[in-house]
Amino acid sequence: MSEPVRILTGRWREPDTVWIDRYLETGGYEGLRRALAMSPQEVIEVVKASGLRGRGGAGFPTGVKWSFVPQDTGKPTYLVVNFDESEPGTFNNRELVERDPHQFLEGAIIAAYAVQSHTAFIYCRGEFLWPGRILERVVAEAYDRGFLGRDILGSGYDLEVVIHRGAGAYICGEETALLSSLEGYRGQPRLRPPFPAVEGLYASPTLINNVETLSNVPHILVNGPEWFRGFGPEKSPGTKLFSVSGKVERPGNYEAPMGTPARVVIEEMAGGVLGGKRLKAWTPGGSSTPFLTAEHLDVGLDFESIQAAGSLLGTGAIMVCDETDCMVEVTRRLLQFYAHESCGKCTPCREGTWWVVRVLGRIEAGAGRPEDLPLLDDQCTNMLFRGFCALVDGAVSPMSSSLAYFRDEYEAHVREHRCPVTGRGPGLVAEQGAREEAPAATTVPSWADLAEELG
Amino acid sequence: MAVLTPELRAEAERIKARYPAGRERSAIMPLLYLVQSVEGRVTQDGLREVASLLGITTAEVEAVAGFYTMIRLRPTGRYVVSVCTNLACALRGARGVLEAARRTAGVPTDGELSEDGLFTVHEEECLAACDAAPVVAVNFANYDRMTEATVSELIEALRRGEEPPPARGPFPGDFRLVSRLLAGVPESVGAGAPEATATAEEPLR
Repeated sequence: MSEPVRILTGRWREPDTVWIDRYLETGGYEGLRRALAMSPQEVIEVVKASGLRGRGGAGFPTGVKWSFVPQDTGKPTYLVVNFDESEPGTFNNRELVERDPHQFLEGAIIAAYAVQSHTAFIYCRGEFLWPGRILERVVAEAYDRGFLGRDILGSGYDLEVVIHRGAGAYICGEETALLSSLEGYRGQPRLRPPFPAVEGLYASPTLINNVETLSNVPHILVNGPEWFRGFGPEKSPGTKLFSVSGKVERPGNYEAPMGTPARVVIEEMAGGVLGGKRLKAWTPGGSSTPFLTAEHLDVGLDFESIQAAGSLLGTGAIMVCDETDCMVEVTRRLLQFYAHESCGKCTPCREGTWWVVRVLGRIEAGAGRPEDLPLLDDQCTNMLFRGFCALVDGAVSPMSSSLAYFRDEYEAHVREHRCPVTGRGPGLVAEQGAREEAPAATTVPSWADLAEELG
Repeated sequence: MAVLTPELRAEAERIKARYPAGRERSAIMPLLYLVQSVEGRVTQDGLREVASLLGITTAEVEAVAGFYTMIRLRPTGRYVVSVCTNLACALRGARGVLEAARRTAGVPTDGELSEDGLFTVHEEECLAACDAAPVVAVNFANYDRMTEATVSELIEALRRGEEPPPARGPFPGDFRLVSRLLAGVPESVGAGAPEATATAEEPLR
């Protein structure tokens, strides 16, 4: 087994590192001290040189994003920390805040200094009641010790931090929707450009970074960009906190250098597939990233390698399905999520997700028609890239990839009127004419009702 | 009819002051939580009060309130039981957990209120705790690795007035108190607030 690397999770095994005393004893806020001794431009150059890329999904180079924030607009500049973690399967931001919250807060202060922002908002997912309470306390601690407020550490730099809680909407993790929400509106995305860096919160220059991204920043300031580049491949340096869940022996967050083969993370770190079963499908970065299969286990978990394999690194959320899982059911459940979370702004997303769930449900219930597969293909085509934001693209990902890799399973559902994996469904009864009326015997009653409704 | 006491109206002004001058509309969500902490949901009176605090129309407030699932416009129980059924939890038996929760709480229809007024059971999307699937949250405090049996026990314990310790953090209290916390207002503020729950000094797992 490879030697574990612990940068972001370095304090997790020590007791009481949540609060500021232990954080300071373990080298905390040294990155901020170094940053404040440099000019903001120098800080940006260090982060640029490190090659750090955003961990929220898009993988945009962090230092470059910082450098896009203009300094001469006459408007205030804002930093917004995206702690609205909601991508299905993702739980690394939550654990980073629960176990070592000062780490990302220090990164946030450094980022704010680099773009010369004097007001930062932490957009905390509403359901994160306990992490939000931790945040309230660590922000208060940082004020008490002079890491926030006026004249931070005697540098003359001022920063106020406001915690803003969301109220239950996946779409608010999308940065422009997050800004709409923070301004007090429905969380609907905005057209880009203008990008938030130029015209973000309150139409002012705004930097938005995710908690994991910011958690890397203090380490880069302390150890230097060359050290950071010592982990992972050239284009995706550093480590990543992979959230592994589903059918594995030891679900959890595992830190590993970018580029670590998926097999190492799934089989060694997470203990392999539950009960020694065969792996069937996995997501590399949450439900919005196309499924990969057992054939892709040796692909390195970094932005380029995963993309070359036909998916996306996303948030590094690895959800594992085994050989006993029905991919139609799995896909239907994920699409149900997108149908629920679509903000309703764009028709292809609002209507498309709704209809796809119904067609998938019909197939799942054993009432699928031969023409349903081409219909699903067509729906994928008509949804992909047809929305303001990436939510609809995320919805297409699990659908188009499961159709590509498991088409025979969909076809068998339609042909046999039951699931070839679980055996569920009305089976041949439906074929003998009853199909038009009531394909009922399924473990998901609502879908049987639906199948009845749709014929 | 006024929803907020004078003391809570003063708190509402402090909430507005968190945001830059002229940008008070940003306070709409914490203000909705504040109203929810009094009403146990948000009624038309509550929407009107938030509108008057922000100088916008009630329709504008309702448009925002209706978008977010944690702002409850329907009658809501003392305990909101959220059962995640997204993929990571589904793969570990969440469907059975949801059915057991609905049965035990007496809430057959999603998001509705039990006859005794104690429970709202709600099929939830990913709660970002997939390592502990299937996950159930009571008033947004998580209970890990639930089964049909343990979720039923949890609901029975709540019915008996017990406060089962969540996986992390203290028991959050009833839905009104939790709404107060979500507004970012200390639970001690305001008449009728229940006993303070534990502070953030509770040990982590």
